[in-house]
Amino acid sequence: MELDFVLSKEEKGPAGKTELIYDLAIIGGGPAGMTAAVYAARKKLKTLLISKDLGGQVLWTTEVENYMGYQYIQGRQLMDKFKEQVRQFPIDQEIGEEVQKLSKDEKFFAILTRTGKKFRAKAVIIASGKRSRPLNVPGEKRLIGRGVSYCSICDAPFFEGKEVAVIGGGNSAFEAALDLVKIASRIYLIDIASSWRADSILVEQIEKEKKKVTFFPAHRIKEIEGKDKLQGMTIESSNRKETKHLSVQGVFIEIGLVPNSEFARSLVKLNQIGEIVVDCSNHTSIPGLFAAGDVSSVPEKQIIIAAGEGAKATLIAHQYLMRLK
Amino acid sequence: MALLKDEVQNEVKERFKKLSGSLRLVNFTQKLECHHCEDTRRLTEEIASLSPKISAKVYNFAIDKEKAQQYKIDKIPAIVVEAEKDYGIRFFGIPGGYEFNSLISSIIDVSRGAADLSPESKDKISKITKPLHIQVFVTLTCPYCPAAVQMAHKLALESEYITSDMIESAEFPHLTNKYQVMGVPKIVINEKFGFEGALPESAFLDEIMKASK
Ligand SMILES: Cc1cc2nc3c(=O)[nH]c(=O)nc-3n(C[C@H](O)[C@H](O)[C@H](O)COP(=O)(O)OP(=O)(O)OC[C@H]3O[C@@H](n4cnc5c(N)ncnc54)[C@H](O)[C@@H]3O)c2cc1C
Repeated sequence: MELDFVLSKEEKGPAGKTELIYDLAIIGGGPAGMTAAVYAARKKLKTLLISKDLGGQVLWTTEVENYMGYQYIQGRQLMDKFKEQVRQFPIDQEIGEEVQKLSKDEKFFAILTRTGKKFRAKAVIIASGKRSRPLNVPGEKRLIGRGVSYCSICDAPFFEGKEVAVIGGGNSAFEAALDLVKIASRIYLIDIASSWRADSILVEQIEKEKKKVTFFPAHRIKEIEGKDKLQGMTIESSNRKETKHLSVQGVFIEIGLVPNSEFARSLVKLNQIGEIVVDCSNHTSIPGLFAAGDVSSVPEKQIIIAAGEGAKATLIAHQYLMRLK
Repeated sequence: MALLKDEVQNEVKERFKKLSGSLRLVNFTQKLECHHCEDTRRLTEEIASLSPKISAKVYNFAIDKEKAQQYKIDKIPAIVVEAEKDYGIRFFGIPGGYEFNSLISSIIDVSRGAADLSPESKDKISKITKPLHIQVFVTLTCPYCPAAVQMAHKLALESEYITSDMIESAEFPHLTNKYQVMGVPKIVINEKFGFEGALPESAFLDEIMKASK
């Protein structure tokens, strides 16, 4: 691989102030949260942005070809552009912090972080996005970092010349398989459904690699095996008639995403898959609490949609705050 | 041709305007038998050329054995980031890709001679009185790895008992085998304890404190 040198934009704004009551707190610094922050600063709202990182899922994306204005841009480059725009404004920031609990008393929202910091705000936008969905099969959790991976771009290099499995049938599974084709000796592509959901461009690319890739549609994972190192896995056909043992050393799990909404679960209404229910004005079930992007029930999850939703959420929150006065 | 593109050079120069004290990059290398040795030496020299506050010293690992011993360098390529004092901050393998961020961040911290850790963290660290050796395994394509490397290096800067290595996994397969690294970031403390994943400051420190007991 070609050697490059990545210098991410600096993220440090002024730190959050626990004594202050913010007009608006934004939880999450992906496309939705960063766009919401820029709109808030331009409306001169006293704003706090809290996030584990700046960039969100887009940092894991090699290529973006559908964000308007750029025919092609790397995920992290696009997020650098976002950060640069956020940096134009003196927005208080707590980057590296994880929100553990969001609650509300009569007047204000209270945000508690994992390191014990408490912040207060009159209105909140939740833009905490999504994360990889676990399979929830025996052995998976124990073997994370020991053969089980949710990040093919990070961990693929450890599987040179080894046999690996990729679980899932959507775009991210096929993209992971493409990352791995250059490295692994054999790839098993396993999915519960009987047909692939990935874009046909990707499916065609993988089908060219038939010699290396074995397909197991309509199979589910029974168990991932190994004590402190992955040693194999057992799969079963969905009609439960056949089981098969694969002696893989790596398992890449790409079966979709779950919303990061746990910290608000007791406060706000979620739908069946854990997304925060919003109307078309980003209102949630709680006045003053808004949600935007992948964590919300908005149909379709894309960068451009998340960014647009973030902008809209701030504008609506601004109206709400004006009425409070 | 320079390793660093013009735009990256300019951005680095901009950041280096903030450097306070002078510092030194000490590079251990060798002509042969090392995948990124040549590039790491060039990187060291290019970085030093971007600020008058930074000097570079290149040692030959095979010949300058005494120096290697003094800096406790047991593998190459290696870069030590030090000021008047050697804080125990090391990069083994080339800090390219996302890890370039870690190199620049360590340079800025070392120049200042202080890490921007919270008062609570500093308090905890001051209670460490036994040597702790932190190794952070990375790949150059891992977006979350620099956070772990930078945290470990800040701890090394803060405590004279802590030393911290970035280890680029592709360069040292015998180490990834030894420590069974199959996912990154993977943090190994004093050869024994370990954990996976980038954690926030206080949680990272809690893991380190557990190992220091
Ligand atoms: C592999 C992959 C490829 C993709 N490719 C494309 C593409 O080509 N084009 C496209 O348009 N879309 C693509 N997407 C989808 C796109 O990345 C998402 O729709 C978009 O990132 C959603 O933005 P968001 O801001 O809502 O959430 P996210 O990007 O998920 O950001 C959420 C942020 O919140 C933070 N956070 C989460 N929980 C907490 C907490 N408790 N406390 C504090 N902070 C928290 C996270 O750290 C993160 O910074 C891709 C997604 C993936 C996974």
